[in-house]
Amino acid sequence: MKLELRGITKRFGSLVANDGIDLVVESGQIHALLGENGAGKSTLMNVLFGLYQPDEGEILLDDVPRRFRGPGEAMAAGIGMVHQHFMLIPVFTVAENVMLGHEPTRAGGVLDLPAARRLVREISERFGFDLDPDARVEDLPVGVQQRVEIVKALSRDARVLVLDEPTAVLTPQETDELMETMRRLAGSGTSIVFITHKLREVKAVADTITVIRLGRVVGEAPPTASTAELATMMVGRDVELTVHKDPPRLGAEAFVVDGLTLFGAGGVRLLDDLSFSVRGGEVLAVAGVQGNGQTELAEVIVGLRSKASGSIRLDGEELLGRSVRHVLAAGVGFVPEDRKADGLVAEFSLAENIMLDRSYGPPFAHWYGIDFRARDAVAERAVEDFDIRTQGIGAPVGRLSGGNQQKVVIARELERDLKLLLASQPTRGVDVGSIEFIHERIVEVRDSGVPVLIISTELDEVMALADRIAVMYRGAIIDIVPADTPRERLGQLMAGVVA
Amino acid sequence: MVDLEDERRRVDWREVMHRIAAGGPLRTILAMALALVIGILFIVFANADVQRTLGYFFAQPGDFFAAAGKAIADAGTALFNGSIYNTKAKDPVAGFRPLTETLRFSGPLIAAGLGVALTFRAGLFNIGGQGQMLMAAAWSSFAASQIHLPYGIHLIVAMLFGFAGAALWGWIAGFLKAKTGAHEVIVTIMLNYIALSIVTYLMRTPILHDMSKGNNPQTLPPDATAVFPKILGDDYQLRLSFILCILAVVVYWWLMRRSALGFRLRMVGLNPDAARAAGINVERTWIIAMVVSALFLGLAGLNQAIARDGNFNQHVDEGIGFDGITVALLGNSSPIGVMFAGMLFGAFKAASPAMQSADVSPDILGILQALIVLFIATPPLIRAIFRLPEPREITDVGTRRKPQLEQGSAS
Repeated sequence: MKLELRGITKRFGSLVANDGIDLVVESGQIHALLGENGAGKSTLMNVLFGLYQPDEGEILLDDVPRRFRGPGEAMAAGIGMVHQHFMLIPVFTVAENVMLGHEPTRAGGVLDLPAARRLVREISERFGFDLDPDARVEDLPVGVQQRVEIVKALSRDARVLVLDEPTAVLTPQETDELMETMRRLAGSGTSIVFITHKLREVKAVADTITVIRLGRVVGEAPPTASTAELATMMVGRDVELTVHKDPPRLGAEAFVVDGLTLFGAGGVRLLDDLSFSVRGGEVLAVAGVQGNGQTELAEVIVGLRSKASGSIRLDGEELLGRSVRHVLAAGVGFVPEDRKADGLVAEFSLAENIMLDRSYGPPFAHWYGIDFRARDAVAERAVEDFDIRTQGIGAPVGRLSGGNQQKVVIARELERDLKLLLASQPTRGVDVGSIEFIHERIVEVRDSGVPVLIISTELDEVMALADRIAVMYRGAIIDIVPADTPRERLGQLMAGVVA
Repeated sequence: MVDLEDERRRVDWREVMHRIAAGGPLRTILAMALALVIGILFIVFANADVQRTLGYFFAQPGDFFAAAGKAIADAGTALFNGSIYNTKAKDPVAGFRPLTETLRFSGPLIAAGLGVALTFRAGLFNIGGQGQMLMAAAWSSFAASQIHLPYGIHLIVAMLFGFAGAALWGWIAGFLKAKTGAHEVIVTIMLNYIALSIVTYLMRTPILHDMSKGNNPQTLPPDATAVFPKILGDDYQLRLSFILCILAVVVYWWLMRRSALGFRLRMVGLNPDAARAAGINVERTWIIAMVVSALFLGLAGLNQAIARDGNFNQHVDEGIGFDGITVALLGNSSPIGVMFAGMLFGAFKAASPAMQSADVSPDILGILQALIVLFIATPPLIRAIFRLPEPREITDVGTRRKPQLEQGSAS
């Protein structure tokens, strides 16, 4: 089906999210919508999906103007959407999730679960998915959950499929599989709108690329355009995709983890006898496919999980078994992997978020209450130093774009006197400009002599930042290798191949 | 440039509408207006004269409207005379009595509202106000009647006893939630029953009861030294306890807006996971929230127990622990909001006898009270009735994320 958007304009109060956007997606084409976080991509798709009504402009399907008053009408017209955050019910099975909203019934209103199962199997077979209709969604890996979303859309005869930042939550392998799926769908005549801010993926899979910046279309490009060209269009300036850093000036072995072991529910070994150390002025990056114990490692270090054995010493002081408050006070800067869930309070202002982990004692908390002036000064400085785009330090941090939210978290943690920086996925879901900026700050921390532990599933990030790379596989550190290890070798290690 | 100016003006108006729909004072006022309209309908159609004129409405509709107008006017007059200034009083001293009665009734409502509001902010729901008030009342009554101390000290000791009783009851609820994961709503409801039983039992034993006065649960009368003194002379019932309730508003304001503890309470209320990652002991914060909340409810309990000359029975709480929930909702858990909400409901209570003598059932005021809260608690309903736009979402939730404003155009 051919999709055309003509002059779509959408305003929120005083800000124009979409400003006269034109977009044509030909039948069977993969059309990438490329833009930084906050460029207006998601708003545009929500307009298409009927979640928002455009202030101006029109939507045409096969050259017929359409107007959708809600997602139901959009779906009926053949538009399917896979949201960045899945709209699945975790305790339901795959088949139950797929039939949700248009449940097939037998006589007397009894749910026809076998029909739903058949539907899932049929669609899975057609596109080569390996989906068990009776698996509970919460037991499935993220990549498979996404496939359930795609099957859900296809089961409603979606002929235009919108994928909103589909790779944000995927491992590299899952990303490759998704691209394969996209090509297969396009081959069968489905039009795909692929929203992303990752240049490499766009080049790998798109037929046409439309770049959006600040709510406007800034240009179209063929997939043969160079990464640098696309990046320039996106951010409006030349972006460097690598970080400049000098050779490390190594200090003492400041952060030492020894024999760290953690058992999960049912006796699963989540962390398997981890031993490593990070020296002052060094970045150790933990690479690995998501779900191989990285999350647990960060949680144990910072004290969110306490039932581990082994030892974690920072400058000789044992941290294992201490409270989060104690660990943070000992000088650990912690950037959690999920800023929305663990790093920020969305309803709080930027200034309040700046003091989130410093509400005990000076410089902000005193017997007479919070020193707002000291807090606001730090917040203002963070906005200035980190170039955080906000309406002001009093604005709720939930209104900021992902990149700016992440800058708030990083600014907060770097503001303290650090003895260790522990950053999980420091640039997940962050736009290109902010990635570069955040990477530079992390290198600065390293150069000031602080040991830095980065946990990231983005191989580019690991290779850009690391002085040494530790690869995790099934809860264990399978090897620690130098930073100039070839990508292929790292890929093998991440897959558990040692030799 | 002109276009831009024009745009901005239009946009600002939308901003205003968004704010209304998202909450805040105007929505509260709309809710109250709507409740008032429905309340007036009740007053009109419950009136005997109006019902009589309805019988021949089509013959003489004028009679109906006259009767309806009179019913409304009578009710309004009664409400004013009963809660603000009694225009029928012989002298100004008696004339101002309704106002002081309004304040007297509003004191415990404000204190209870603050207690409930605090737990709302911390992401909890304390509906154990009854139990906490009863504990405060019983403990303070014990200190007021069984311990004998000079003026000044005795009152302070009685207050400390009351606060201790309430805090203990709040702590149990918080502790059970923190250690066992039990839901605080269930726990506090059960603690209400337990408190009522314990207090009733104590009111039949020599601990609180004069055994020569029969078997009905009753406390001993408090010593005069342990009772809150009247602050406007003997003509008025308003006592020092009211000042403490107003002081409690200031304390609440400081606690929630200025103090680091309040900051942590709000943080735990909004995002416990982020609070945990920021080094905050979420479970301990729950316990603190329940204890501090119970202290506010304890103040309400003291207001009921030792802000009077006589003794009392096990119904001394008068349901104020539950009224506190409506006060907190109406006041949007803000200090000033809770204070005015408490005063409004206090005025209703004070006006109740006058309304009754004007042939308006006091239940009408109960209906009014409930309607206000109903409309406050259902913003979509208010939005639909007044055709207000959807509120702008504040939190960043996935694909519904709002675009980012460039710094240049923000200023």
